[in-house]
Amino acid sequence: MTEPVIEIHNLAKSFGGLRATDDVSLTLRRGEIHALIGPNGAGKSTLIHQICGTLMPDSGSIRLLGQDITTLDAAARAQLGLGRTFQISSLAPDFSVLRNVMLAVQGRQRSSFRFFGNVMADRSLTDPAMKALSQVGLETRAAIPASELSHGERRQLEIAIALALGSKALLLDEPMAGMGKDGSRALTDLLDVLRRDTPILLVEHDMDAVFALADRISVLVYGRIVASGSVAEIRENPEVRAAYLGARP
Amino acid sequence: MNRETAFNLVLAAVLLAAPVIAFAANEPFYVALATRIAILALAAAGLNLALGFGGLVSFGHAAFFGIGGYVAGIFASHAMYSEPLPFGLPATDQMPVIWLVAALLCALAALPIGAISLRTTGVYFIMITLAFAQMIYYFAISWPAYGGEDGLSIPVRNSFVGLNTANALHFFLICYAVLMAALALTWRIRDSRFGMALQAARQNEVRLAAVGIRPFRIRLTAFVLSAVLTGLAGALFADLNRFASPSMMSWHMSGELIVLVILGGTGRLFGPVAGAILYVLLEYALGGMTERWQLFLGLILLGVVLFARGGVVGLVAGKARYD
Repeated sequence: MTEPVIEIHNLAKSFGGLRATDDVSLTLRRGEIHALIGPNGAGKSTLIHQICGTLMPDSGSIRLLGQDITTLDAAARAQLGLGRTFQISSLAPDFSVLRNVMLAVQGRQRSSFRFFGNVMADRSLTDPAMKALSQVGLETRAAIPASELSHGERRQLEIAIALALGSKALLLDEPMAGMGKDGSRALTDLLDVLRRDTPILLVEHDMDAVFALADRISVLVYGRIVASGSVAEIRENPEVRAAYLGARP
Repeated sequence: MNRETAFNLVLAAVLLAAPVIAFAANEPFYVALATRIAILALAAAGLNLALGFGGLVSFGHAAFFGIGGYVAGIFASHAMYSEPLPFGLPATDQMPVIWLVAALLCALAALPIGAISLRTTGVYFIMITLAFAQMIYYFAISWPAYGGEDGLSIPVRNSFVGLNTANALHFFLICYAVLMAALALTWRIRDSRFGMALQAARQNEVRLAAVGIRPFRIRLTAFVLSAVLTGLAGALFADLNRFASPSMMSWHMSGELIVLVILGGTGRLFGPVAGAILYVLLEYALGGMTERWQLFLGLILLGVVLFARGGVVGLVAGKARYD
């Protein structure tokens, strides 16, 4: 078996007496969508912050493609190929949709210290950005400011940015949140295609999407992973049903 | 050509034509007024790089303005008496050399000031840049070798090869050329990859880090470039008044520069020019009527902040767009 793309070992993080992440280990393998579910307050956001580098764990380790990234900051992790989307869309609102993606291309090329040359005339920025936009179906919206996009389109744009970054792994934080039925379905189809190139760690509340997409599911409750397995295993797991799905065993 | 470009060209043309006509009409006062506008516009163009494009509200740019001014003053006084400078450097009254030294010193000062200040944001950034500027201000006041509180007079304006700097129009043209060069540089930087990262840092630093670009380095570079431009303006300002005064470094000056940028249009290429024209003309027109002219300036500023966020350029050309 090939090595996992993301490998988390015994991660722990406490805030005062609260163990927000309690000895979490999980992996993301090539070609898969690994869904992370859990009730509100289970510590999903804290875990994501630690994987992305915006919060440092107390102990444990995180590896990306075999490299230890536990102590790296968010920018360094992004450069190594960790792409992410945010629970609440985080874009440069004044920039056009295209510029938002070009910024990621520039990040990937590590070329931000060029002081001359108009970016809009630079095919090495615009071409890859347009390609990423057409992958998510936003190419017709390239010229409008990101602030004028609909909620669903912002979700798509965040994914295009992560793709343009040349991500080796994608971390999607509730991409379906606030989407209508059609939007969810379109996004589900998109993620289904994306996983072939880029494995996805998917944090999601929309159970239809999770059950439709996930190769594996891990359930987080009070900072611990209480169960991990295939869709069928998780559906039948009595502990999960009690803690998360709300049914009595 | 869009409206903003057209307006910019008009501003550039008016600022050039007015003093030329005034000089021909033998009105040196108006040439000096235009020179003051060009120099303040240059100082504000420097600040605009940090404040306008990078969103860094520096309340300490007077420090760099003053450093530039003192470099011009110190060179002039040493050159006058043919004394060598500190560290045994030969004294010269050549402006390009003085500008180079001013730029280097401002960059050297801005590097640690920026590196420390940029660890904070918001109101703390404003306060810490102010604190640094005040430190330098009090240092200048308590430095008797170069005039202390009295400042340092420049008996003969520094010189520029091929031009007579004592001639008001010649000196204006030097200042105008430096201003245009600085604006051209700002324009190139704005549209470059660096400019894109800088403007993204203003809008959303979390987004910038998520695509692998560290906001800190981008901002620090912008802060240093910004200080260098403002420092050049300071050197010219001292030469204009034939006087380098500690008041160039006081917090009033920092505030004035912020006012210029906001009046003209934050983050607009010619915003500092529009702001400086408006400010100096108001100072001249209202100052002739009442000593309390700054009260009216305050009211106008209030109006701009409440009703015309984009300043003069925003009023004329509408909201900034990033295609």
